[in-house]
Amino acid sequence: MIDPQEPAFTILSPTAILGYGFPETSFERGLAAKPDLIAVDAGSTDPGPYYLGSGKSFTDRAAVKRDLRIILREAVPRGIPVAIGSAGGAGAAPHLAWCEAIVHEVAREENLAFRLGVVAADVPRATVLNALETGRIERLDGAPELTAEAVEASTAIVAQLGPEPLQAAFRQGCGVVLAGRAYDPGVFAALPLLRGFDPGPALHLGKILECAAIAATPGSGADCVLGTLRRDGFTVAALSPDRIFTAESTAAHTLYEKSDPALLPGPGGRLDLRDCSFTETGDGRVEVRGSRFQAGPPYRLKLEGARRIGCRTITIAGCRDPVMIKGIDAILAIVRDHVSDFLRRENLRAELYFRVYGKDGVMGHPEPLRHAPAHELGILIEAVADDRATADTVCSLTRSTLLHHGYPGRLSTAGNLAFPFSPSDIPAGEVYAFSIYHLWQCGDPVVLFPVRILQCTGQTAPSPAVSTR
Amino acid sequence: MYRTNRPFSGSLHPVSAFSPSTAPLRALARVIRSKNSGPFELTLDVIFQDRGTFERVRAGGGLTAQVIARHYGLDTGLVKAIHWFAPASAVKVVLARTVVSGHPGDRDVYGAQQHAPLLTLEVPC
Repeated sequence: MIDPQEPAFTILSPTAILGYGFPETSFERGLAAKPDLIAVDAGSTDPGPYYLGSGKSFTDRAAVKRDLRIILREAVPRGIPVAIGSAGGAGAAPHLAWCEAIVHEVAREENLAFRLGVVAADVPRATVLNALETGRIERLDGAPELTAEAVEASTAIVAQLGPEPLQAAFRQGCGVVLAGRAYDPGVFAALPLLRGFDPGPALHLGKILECAAIAATPGSGADCVLGTLRRDGFTVAALSPDRIFTAESTAAHTLYEKSDPALLPGPGGRLDLRDCSFTETGDGRVEVRGSRFQAGPPYRLKLEGARRIGCRTITIAGCRDPVMIKGIDAILAIVRDHVSDFLRRENLRAELYFRVYGKDGVMGHPEPLRHAPAHELGILIEAVADDRATADTVCSLTRSTLLHHGYPGRLSTAGNLAFPFSPSDIPAGEVYAFSIYHLWQCGDPVVLFPVRILQCTGQTAPSPAVSTR
Repeated sequence: MYRTNRPFSGSLHPVSAFSPSTAPLRALARVIRSKNSGPFELTLDVIFQDRGTFERVRAGGGLTAQVIARHYGLDTGLVKAIHWFAPASAVKVVLARTVVSGHPGDRDVYGAQQHAPLLTLEVPC
């Protein structure tokens, strides 16, 4: 057992992603434990490339503001430092600015004065091109080789920051640190590392806390968790009577969203959990020991980039005709051929995709039950083209061709599709793709990602305190 | 010999103490899930009922890249790794995505609904 007299560092994690919400009662229980840090992850690449590429947040502004209001209103007067990583979801400049504006709004409305450190995670295209030319870009398993063309086409490039730039902000007395895209565990570990705690348990605790109560049982993405870091281990505790941590829920979480459950690479090295033990202490808490960090030069950060590839238009329709359902693969193939011929004649370029829900819409070819479709099908038509007009044209032509196609054995000659809406065709916005997901040997992260420091005075607009790193 | 290769009927199969027997993963696991691990990979996690079940399935040797590939109709090369993680009584299967997350033609941006074929996979235990 961990000696309770040992120095400890307590971290309150309010929610899995800023804007997902949390019960104020859980948060108050966390405050009662007098935390040394409140840290929260605000982003992810899970929602796909659109958000990074377009500069938009996948979280809702009102929900983010609600969470930030509670966190800042309680933390600032108590002098509890706050760390926020992957601001605005994807953590590029527009996302960071979006989140920073909300912080300033809350500071004014709640009359809160604090020193704010803002760390951008954007990486200029020229920097990535130079790294590519000098052999400092590494391909991750499963990703294609990076090309100069992909870098030049990227509308946004960010690095998953390690703890070092956030530490620089805390070292300069910032009470609230807001970072762009960041390696989630590093957001939680930055301050305890600065206080001399071992990076193994600190980063492993961060890995669990970044998802808040998702690692408890029953899991929740919208509840608070308290982590207590000690010299060679840590404990995690739920802050709601509805859930507990078990050895298995905690261990199972180390699997989550990772390729290897025991060796987790991150900025500056890797977390080795092969000899980790997870022990229930009998009060709904779990004690974790044996987490090790192996520093491995050269220092590398993960880059994420997105590029625009066109516009999308979709149509959603149902089909309840058993003859059509039986022949759906052949019917869609004929419609596709018809549309391809049209594109060739008109010298247009577009991509056309069908998803057939009730058959294999979720899994496609690997679906083992694709030959036993349901009694009704949902058919999604997706057209992607460089420009909006072409995407609309291709979607419209596909829809009308499928609606009236005379397939063999057809009894229902008035129309093949049930449209739930008028208009049936829906412009679905711009389409982006991940263009970069590579490791970068970056050099000194503190030099590359300087801190911008502002003094939030409460009532008035913030003033730049120091422009430094 | 006690064998359990009939369809799952809603209650847990009694797991024989005598090997070899087989059971669908659904009868052996408390969690069966899928999720992205970055935009290029998909991970399938199976968390077994208990350590004993985990050890029996691991020892049974039935969860291999070949078996997963056949069950998902994929080339074996797309099964990148199988990790057995005793502290969580869990096994993780890493698949290469055939379509990058969020790319046109993708069907599951988060990768959260690619686990279902595992439910009925019969493994020695």
